[in-house]
Amino acid sequence: MPDAIEARQLDVGYGGRQAAVKVLAGLDLTVAAGSFLSILGPSGCGKSTLLRVVADLLDPLGGTISVLGETPHAVRSRRDVGFVFQDSTLLPWRTVRDNVRLPLGVGQRSLTRKIEDRSAELLELMGLGSFGERLPHQLSGGQRQRVAIARALLGEPKLLLMDEPFGALDEITRDRLNDELLALWRRTGTTVLFVTHSIAEAAYLGERVIVLAANPGRVVKDLDMRPFKQEGNRCKREDPAIVAAMADLRTALERAS
Amino acid sequence: MRPAPLSPQMTVALPVLGAASILVAWQYLLPLLGVPAYIVPTPMAIFGVFQKNFSLLIDNLRPTLIEALAGFVIGNLAAVLLAVLFVHSRVLQAAYFPIVLFFNTIPILALSPIIILIFGLGMTPKIVIAAVICFFPTLVNMIRGLDSASDNEHELFRVLSATRSEIFWSLRLPRALPMLFSSLRIASATAVIGAIVGEWIGSDKGLGALIIQATFNYQSDRLYAAIVLSSSLSIALFCLVVLIERRVIKY
Repeated sequence: MPDAIEARQLDVGYGGRQAAVKVLAGLDLTVAAGSFLSILGPSGCGKSTLLRVVADLLDPLGGTISVLGETPHAVRSRRDVGFVFQDSTLLPWRTVRDNVRLPLGVGQRSLTRKIEDRSAELLELMGLGSFGERLPHQLSGGQRQRVAIARALLGEPKLLLMDEPFGALDEITRDRLNDELLALWRRTGTTVLFVTHSIAEAAYLGERVIVLAANPGRVVKDLDMRPFKQEGNRCKREDPAIVAAMADLRTALERAS
Repeated sequence: MRPAPLSPQMTVALPVLGAASILVAWQYLLPLLGVPAYIVPTPMAIFGVFQKNFSLLIDNLRPTLIEALAGFVIGNLAAVLLAVLFVHSRVLQAAYFPIVLFFNTIPILALSPIIILIFGLGMTPKIVIAAVICFFPTLVNMIRGLDSASDNEHELFRVLSATRSEIFWSLRLPRALPMLFSSLRIASATAVIGAIVGEWIGSDKGLGALIIQATFNYQSDRLYAAIVLSSSLSIALFCLVVLIERRVIKY
């Protein structure tokens, strides 16, 4: 099986090839298929930019990147990526169910495989079984983010990109959604790239945590979390080994800022 | 401390009472103050015109209604279509939007004689004036509405490999609807203004013509009746727009 992501000397920036402001410079990153990678970094380090290159929303200026062994464009066209934004980005005029079903309604022309309507199953899975006919504004922040995740999972993506998805939620809700996300990840075997500002969240979720530094963005710390965790990426938040790893990540993050 | 909200009955009753108090004051106070009836007729006198000259009023309402409605539909439709064109072609927008804005600065009263010169004295120039007056606010609002989807929303559709037409129908258009309806609500009043202004300049039919004739003949009760009727026409159009808006926009 090819790696989920293989980036070599990746340069990403804005403003064209010559006068570019580099957001990422010479980034090397390999992410194994099926793994859960947390990406930490100060604002402006290019965490979100990296996700956007992987999702084929942004072209790199230089270097190479392959996603699931192919170009990001091929992977996007096959609908093998799901993207979850910080704000849930639900369409306010569509019901919850119709929001989840959005991938069925658009982008079908370029799609070669058939996507099944698993909206009922996914809503049930996310604990939203009875909310299908509600409108987004009738939901709480946590529920809206669950809908966004259900929508991203509808096409059974091999790669799930999450850009600070729980950043705007209260801590209790965030912790609960962390656990739900891990349970989903174990069930589906999807590769997850999870961008966050929270050291605790990164450490709790990730099998591996990378820390990016800003100006220009590059990997300054790459920590394998598996030695600190049990089988299936399970751990307790207050486990001393996890707390020690968090201190380690904090030091790296402080140096990066 | 904020005062407690009014009960539902009171929120209906108070405006009615407020209007009634003004009508009563108008009916009985103004004559006492010596305001002559040829300047401000009493509400009862105006109401009397509706009884006496009902068919005259209706005969003059009909052309204004047709002109305002036709102008409303044509002006807004043209604005929506041009907005769609502009948001899909930045080149066209950059080239022509400033010119459109420039035309918008010409007062409609200055433009009306030209429109009448071009289209003659029938209903057409009035429809054109009503259409022109509706056109600009809707164009500007519709462009802003069609562009109001967030970056994340556009990225979401891009991740799904949505086509341009899918982005239009499933994202841009629904996003634009609230802004479209807010300009349609404004246009419901301005379309009537446009039709009446057109009738002032060259017509012997319609509420505008009736207003002019009544003014010149010192028939102030008839003048006020025509004013009441034109404002009722605007209100009816406005209510129609709000009714449609409530059915279309549910969130």
